[in-house]
Amino acid sequence: MDIHEYQAKEILSGYGVKIAEGGMAYSPEEAVQRARDIGGHLWAVKAQIHSGARGKAGGIKICKTHDEVEAAAEALLGKRLITHQTGPAGKVCGRLYIEAGTDIVKEMYFCFLVDRSSERIVMVGSAQGGMEIEELAENNPDAITKIYIEPAVGLQDFQAREMAFALGLDPELLSHAVKTIRGCYRALRELDVSMLEINPLVVTRSGELVALDAKIGFDDNALFRQQKISELRDKTQEDPREMAAADRGLSYVGLDGDIGCMINGAGLAMATMDMIKLAGGEPANFLDVGGGASAERTEKAFRLVLADKNVKAMLVNIFAGINRCDWIAEGVVEAVRKIDMKIPLIVRLSGTNVEEGRRIIAASGLPIITAETLAEAAEKAVQARNETVAKEAAQGA
Amino acid sequence: MAILIDETTRIIVQGFTGKIGSFHAQDMINYGSNVVGGITPGKGGQTHLGLPVFNTVKEAVCQVGAEASIIFVPPAFAADSIMEAADAGIKYCVAITDGIPTQDMMTVKNFLRRFPIEQRMMLTGPNCAGTISPGRAMLGIMPGHIYMQGHVGIVGRSGTLGYEAADQMKRLGIGISSSVGIGGDPINGSSHRDILEKFEADPETKVVVMIGEIGGPQEVEAGIFAKEHMSKPVVAYIAGLTAPEGRRMGHAGAIISSAGESAAEKVAMLKELGVTICPTPAAMGETVAALLAGM
Repeated sequence: MDIHEYQAKEILSGYGVKIAEGGMAYSPEEAVQRARDIGGHLWAVKAQIHSGARGKAGGIKICKTHDEVEAAAEALLGKRLITHQTGPAGKVCGRLYIEAGTDIVKEMYFCFLVDRSSERIVMVGSAQGGMEIEELAENNPDAITKIYIEPAVGLQDFQAREMAFALGLDPELLSHAVKTIRGCYRALRELDVSMLEINPLVVTRSGELVALDAKIGFDDNALFRQQKISELRDKTQEDPREMAAADRGLSYVGLDGDIGCMINGAGLAMATMDMIKLAGGEPANFLDVGGGASAERTEKAFRLVLADKNVKAMLVNIFAGINRCDWIAEGVVEAVRKIDMKIPLIVRLSGTNVEEGRRIIAASGLPIITAETLAEAAEKAVQARNETVAKEAAQGA
Repeated sequence: MAILIDETTRIIVQGFTGKIGSFHAQDMINYGSNVVGGITPGKGGQTHLGLPVFNTVKEAVCQVGAEASIIFVPPAFAADSIMEAADAGIKYCVAITDGIPTQDMMTVKNFLRRFPIEQRMMLTGPNCAGTISPGRAMLGIMPGHIYMQGHVGIVGRSGTLGYEAADQMKRLGIGISSSVGIGGDPINGSSHRDILEKFEADPETKVVVMIGEIGGPQEVEAGIFAKEHMSKPVVAYIAGLTAPEGRRMGHAGAIISSAGESAAEKVAMLKELGVTICPTPAAMGETVAALLAGM
């Protein structure tokens, strides 16, 4: 789960990390009020969306007067911002963070993450801040310092000092840097953070170390014990279909193709999508219905897939283990009858009670296309999709 | 003798008396697995499914000689159960539980590494379907009947895709020595490489099928191991050709987050390492059949 910059800063501030003065705004009037409250002559109006690289997408505006703050707020609120992290659909900005302008003398990159390959926590830093770390890793890998932390022992001061020197900080800032780094580490451990990034971390003219941006991602598996963090979720930043699926215990990812999929198991789902592509089609979605695919769940999954109006054919591929093919078949037949499907449906069943499952499909009298193998299922799905498209074209003409 | 488990392996079930634990314990017993009891703290001394219930794993090890364990404990408590098994001297543990916090798994791995290697418990999973040595024993939740006994080893992250592979082979009359699910989480007990090492040492296994997916470095590491240390051919399929970058595809670990983690990149690197690539997920059976025919 991701949170907004202002939320991340609030958390970090509680762990002793210095941030610039700022406040939230939902309207241009509020934005101006925040700027007045903060005082001074320089403000940053920052769009709050779940993505990095907001600056490049025009999501951060530096303002010198209250009128400029108002204009910037008007321009940003409700705007769809597209960055390389949001994908082509972009994300709509519904909240602003108004921050006191900072006089920067040095920008650095800093982050902590749970590293899957070393199975440890890794601290990453670079004296060259402001850039995306991926870019830096490609262009100048030597400028990046990585320090691995043994989770049982925890972060040691010498490691924090090593990082501070790698960031090129002056010795006067050393104790402040150690305190900042330690605070971030404590936040990571106590809040089940999977990634905590401060980019840029800056030194100000007045000689302070300030987190100018902050991004925190949390481990979804640990949200059950992080009640306060769960409450920070901003549903407007997430794909509504994926949210609906998650609420129903299904795992869904929307894609750009037009063959809808319903499969049990993440690996088999990916493999089936691969087969569709290899057969000349494009999957409309990833959907794992999991182990206990009851009739009710099957119907929900059907509705979810068919809510995507691009879908021209739907493929169901179930390899029943704990599940039974006859239960799945009954669920599918019921769902098709209830929903009144207008597009072709291809069903491939395999595993426990497969004969009974196939019999139920055949006996239903519904125009369901069946397949025995994975390859056959994908080919039939692509064929059915092409027929639908041709028919639509003929009707259109 | 297949790998990790056979008909003699003395198995206990952690989370024995719960609904899911009971169901799968019975299924494993029906398959022929040597289940010798289970653990439910506070229910020690009772009998469940005709077998003794213990309060601690240590009691089960002392009293019925438990060697292997399977975990059906809910995510919040699963890491603790895994460490209890390791501490009690269990040799092999399968964690079925899906949804264990990543930092808990980091703690588990750290705990396991404290043991000298010869005393260290082997862990597969979490978030997996378990391990089966067809015709001998099942330590998992898979449909046992789809596996035929034979000489091909399977290692994979996904449960149902592993079933698909076993099913394709059975249709061609090819049997399995053991099939091991390593799970879909970012941090897991054993890697593809760890399981390849076991298959290389098993005289019954002639070919190994590795079923990988997008995300993480494990498949390529396994490929390097295969090139440097294996005499047996390895066949690989990597799922997720159509997966977009930065999106989690069901499994917590199935996300392309850095270079080298996409299916196409992994396939290219494995090819270079001499691993036979399955061009499509529908060709796992045929690819193995062709390899076996040439041996």
